Amino acid sequence: MDWQGQKHSEFLMQILLVVFAVVAFAVGYAIESFQMMMLIYASGVFLTALITVPNWPFFNRHPLKWLDPSEADRHPKPQATAAASKKKASKQK
Amino acid sequence: MHSFMHRLNNLVTFAAVLLAVLCAAASFLDAFNSPSVHAHAEVIKINRFRKQLSGNDEASLTLNISMDLRSLFTWNTKQVFIFLAAEYETSKNSLNQISLWDHIVPDKDHAEFQAQVANKYPLIDQGSNLRGKKFELVLHWHVMPRTGRMIQDKMAVSSFYLPEAYT
Repeated sequence: MDWQGQKHSEFLMQILLVVFAVVAFAVGYAIESFQMMMLIYASGVFLTALITVPNWPFFNRHPLKWLDPSEADRHPKPQATAAASKKKASKQK
Repeated sequence: MHSFMHRLNNLVTFAAVLLAVLCAAASFLDAFNSPSVHAHAEVIKINRFRKQLSGNDEASLTLNISMDLRSLFTWNTKQVFIFLAAEYETSKNSLNQISLWDHIVPDKDHAEFQAQVANKYPLIDQGSNLRGKKFELVLHWHVMPRTGRMIQDKMAVSSFYLPEAYT
């Protein structure tokens, strides 16, 4: 999940839960059934979890754009072995 | 919100907070219910009135009870517990309360009824003060909600004089 996706999923989760809670309370009060309120709310929580918890493709539409590799090309990466020996050398100093 | 468990944890926490808010709101609305209870109870017969070997007076009564408790029920009411108490004053105690009969009303459909019952629990005094004693029949009710605090109230329904002599 990318950064935008995380933001969207959190926002979606809070909005959906609040909406389901309000609807559940209104319906429960209107038909005078506490059980119906709990059922609506429970199914709302389940649905919200289904929508916002898994890593859906919807949340990955804004992949991070790294810098162009041109900068990296100009400074070629030293050999791994050479780097290791350098580090060792610096440590020993 | 970067991992599955992190998102699940956030969702469950927020859902639990909202659940608490829902329950609190349901309980809060109960405060606006102003019930009007209609009830009547009277003694129609003294079955037995005697002094026990221990010296305490004991009476057994038949009661005619009718009540309409439907206004006590809201959508947040689980059940209503009612009991009929005999209340009287003696020189030793300023208030004696003796439960004669009790009942649990499970829902609104059973909240209006009329019944003739013998007292479930004997009317026994602490001592021998019951002859010619006037007592009040008081209906107490405890409304047990699904969420929130229990509401209790009472109502005096009638008064009665016990006979001067044992039977």
